[in-house]
Amino acid sequence: MLLSLYIVNKSGGLIYHRDFSSLAKLDTNDTLRLGSIWHSLHAISSQLSPVPGCKGIELLQAETFDLHNFQTPTGIKFFAVAECNSQGVDRFLKRVYGLYADYVLKNPFYELDMPIRCELFDLQLTSEVTLTMNA
Amino acid sequence: MSSKAKGASPGGGDRINSELFTLTYGALVRHLLLDLESPEEVNKQLDKMGQNIGIRLVDDFLAKTNTGRCRNFREAAKTIAETGFRMFLGCSAKVTQIDDKECKMVLSENPLTDFVELPEKLQPLSYCSLLCGVIRGALEQISMKVECEISKDPLKGDERFELHMRLVEYVNEEYPFKDD
Repeated sequence: MLLSLYIVNKSGGLIYHRDFSSLAKLDTNDTLRLGSIWHSLHAISSQLSPVPGCKGIELLQAETFDLHNFQTPTGIKFFAVAECNSQGVDRFLKRVYGLYADYVLKNPFYELDMPIRCELFDLQLTSEVTLTMNA
Repeated sequence: MSSKAKGASPGGGDRINSELFTLTYGALVRHLLLDLESPEEVNKQLDKMGQNIGIRLVDDFLAKTNTGRCRNFREAAKTIAETGFRMFLGCSAKVTQIDDKECKMVLSENPLTDFVELPEKLQPLSYCSLLCGVIRGALEQISMKVECEISKDPLKGDERFELHMRLVEYVNEEYPFKDD
């Protein structure tokens, strides 16, 4: 079960956030801050690796949730917080990347690296989330 | 050029009439010529527009083809030629010459120029420099700085359409960034 989704641009700014459950919500400032902290953590994690070519944290498992991270070759991070042992979250994140490429980047009025305010994207995301939750 | 039909998933291979695309591009070039007056300026402008397209298009490519990161220039050039052109322009391209820093690719056909005859006085115009910009913009996003130009152009009497790509540098985006 998905709890929330974050999209962070390549310089660490949060450009999208959405909660999918009514559990305790973070306020906007907190999400912004957490988004950039995650960006840095991710960078640090790839430096910690003794083996070169590490791409950073992909999955973080905590007692009460899982955090799945997907970073594109262009440096955008899609990460989702989900209940422990949720299935299909990685696939979900890749689909969201596809939606982002279609409904955000192809929207001529979207400015790169700015917060995403695209209604079509919201709509498509909603149906993708429903699909994943019911799978 | 793939486009979306209402209700269908975009990029899923639905097509629009390619003439609409070809003619739209022609109209665009025509308009730029009117606005900017010199063909050299138009080349620059087309290239810049292409770059802006490439910057966005690269994510579309990566999301839909599931290609991993290209590790080097050779791999990137091959991917562009074999998958990129087919996906976005509906024609195939072949890499004819390649080494670690330079490559040449030949397009089997070029839908942009289907109906085009270049008038004598517009010889300096490189009609398709948009394509060069797209490639440059796309590779810029995956940390490769390249230069790209049209080396052979049927509009100028050559036999085939050939692009020449040259690697300038790999832009390192790994942390920590070096202090300037």
